[in-house]
Amino acid sequence: MLIASAVITGLGLGSMYGLLALGFHVTYAVSRTVNFAQGSTMMLGAVVCFIFWIKLGWPPPLAILVALLVCAVWGLIVERVAVHPFVARGSNSWLIATVALGIILENVVLFTFGKDPRGMPQGFLTTGMISIAGIRVEYLQVLIPVIGLALAAGLQVFFATSRQGKALLAVVQNKDAARLMGIRVEHVIAFAFALSGLLAGIGGILVAPLFTISSTMGTLFGIKAFAVAILGGIESAWGVVLAGLIYGVAEALITALLGSTYTQIVTFALVILALALRPNGLFGRAELRKV
Amino acid sequence: MTRGWQWRQAARSLTIGAAFAVLGAVSAFAADPIKIGLVAALSGGSAQSGESITRGLSLAIDEINAKGGLLGGRMLVLMQRDDESTPPKGLIAARELISEDVAAIFGGIDTPVSLAMVPLLNKEKRIYMGVWAAGTGITRNGASPNYAFRVSAVDALVDVKLLKFAHQKFGAKKAGLILINNPWGQGNEKGLEAASKADSSVEIAAVEKFENNDVDLVPQLARLKDAGADSLILVGNAAPGAQVMKARERMAWSVPVISHWGISGGRFPELAGASAGDADFVQTYSFFGKQSPVGQRMLAGLMKKYPQIKGPEDVFAPVGTADAYDAMHILALGIAQAGSTDPDAVRAALEDLKTPYEGLIKTYSKPFTADNHDALGPDDYIMVHYEGDKIVPVN
Repeated sequence: MLIASAVITGLGLGSMYGLLALGFHVTYAVSRTVNFAQGSTMMLGAVVCFIFWIKLGWPPPLAILVALLVCAVWGLIVERVAVHPFVARGSNSWLIATVALGIILENVVLFTFGKDPRGMPQGFLTTGMISIAGIRVEYLQVLIPVIGLALAAGLQVFFATSRQGKALLAVVQNKDAARLMGIRVEHVIAFAFALSGLLAGIGGILVAPLFTISSTMGTLFGIKAFAVAILGGIESAWGVVLAGLIYGVAEALITALLGSTYTQIVTFALVILALALRPNGLFGRAELRKV
Repeated sequence: MTRGWQWRQAARSLTIGAAFAVLGAVSAFAADPIKIGLVAALSGGSAQSGESITRGLSLAIDEINAKGGLLGGRMLVLMQRDDESTPPKGLIAARELISEDVAAIFGGIDTPVSLAMVPLLNKEKRIYMGVWAAGTGITRNGASPNYAFRVSAVDALVDVKLLKFAHQKFGAKKAGLILINNPWGQGNEKGLEAASKADSSVEIAAVEKFENNDVDLVPQLARLKDAGADSLILVGNAAPGAQVMKARERMAWSVPVISHWGISGGRFPELAGASAGDADFVQTYSFFGKQSPVGQRMLAGLMKKYPQIKGPEDVFAPVGTADAYDAMHILALGIAQAGSTDPDAVRAALEDLKTPYEGLIKTYSKPFTADNHDALGPDDYIMVHYEGDKIVPVN
């Protein structure tokens, strides 16, 4: 019972890490850069959804749509303001610029949204329960891994079949060749950042009913998601999602079996051990460079 | 024009100038305000606690100033600093307030912040007045002389109260401890274990910790359930405390929850949802029920100063307001008795206060002594719970 309950908890949390890590994967694959403000973008999704849904009383689907749109636009802003200007000059300063932008966003939300953590009202998804192996599970806890896996599959289909997806893959393989083929590389990279923001927004909206909504809610998620992205092999979409699930389940199992005192120590020690054994991540491959 | 006349003129000018200078200095001194510092959580998950303390202090300061201030007409002014619930920021804020020459620094909800500030304040000889953080070591810190005072609960005594209440109300015999992973949680772990050893009616089944940002606490609660816990003793603030209640609900585990008062420092009913009312917790005061004349006067004062307060149900985090109000008045009596804001004189006055103070929580007769810097004891604690957004006494 203890283990089964921990596995269910871990799958839910792990899917959240996986969703955020998927955002890291999308931008890294296309541009070799990531948005370190991913945790803040997740928070933005939850906050905007709360404002439109609860404070302004908009219908939930519309509020969710607006929140996702805001997150996608925020992704574009991050790319334009904190990534593109530095990459264009061959600088790696986008590393700290994206972190800084995330901190700015957290503080803007702190002063506008308020200092108090807020809570989503309980609804169908959090009060409805099903029984899995004798354990009560909220509908939302089932929905989160389903959405996580569906998004990973959706991304796969998107890359393989759509025009924009193929353009993304072309940029991944060879930026200059893609440019020669008439693909607007800068637009593709901007699109990847918007997609990354969208994924973080979905994560924020999904976790909000289970957690508390505040300007700092995404900080730890962002850090863990980056660890997950590296663990999974940042260039593999399925890899990061699976690594998210593994990380989430490991975290919950360690808490259940050893006690909460050891959770962070053992989880991160396992991450280091895994990377020592497989430096390119559990599902990643070594990058070949022609010289 | 003779030389003698010139000397007389110069002497007259000097005399007049000196007289003006003295008068100016005296009037400047009379008007010099007495600065009162507050270092508390004014943002983040415990922001309501900081706001509630601010309200209690402001109301008391208004009353003191309306009566002409202290020390011959010196008005009190409140200087607030946000510690963001982090000890380093609390320390920086305390240093800044010391450089502003505040007469005393009031503390907020977070024991770790107060534990970090008190050694500095003792070193710099500055009065610390705790009005929420209950960590035992804040006032019982081994320093001599000790400048830390408190009008609030004390963990060591609260822990005894929580276990006793769990046994008396729910017949609890094996308590599971679910504690925030910080010095406050660690202090209470020791206090609860000591309380259990002293009174064997409730033993400790197991101890689990959580972080402020933990999303799902089912694994921790499952371990406590597995260890045979028949009640939960919760030590944490509102946001993580709400996560404990959500996990309990998710497990459909109707175990009684008896909590320290950290959960009253934020929007606990909104964050915890339907099960918020299941947690019984400790307080030093309730604005519900029949009020003393001081209670009536204070409630009227709060409603006048803060129009959003329409009645007792709107006084959020009431313990902060109540403790701060009484503590400010007691400090004012100490300053008045000392005849100055000199920290040594005020400390000596507080340890031997001649005038009893009819306060909100009780009438304080010699609230502090040289050996006891805590004005409240177990007889002053009450158990309450949420009914909607209202904090009402437990029957």
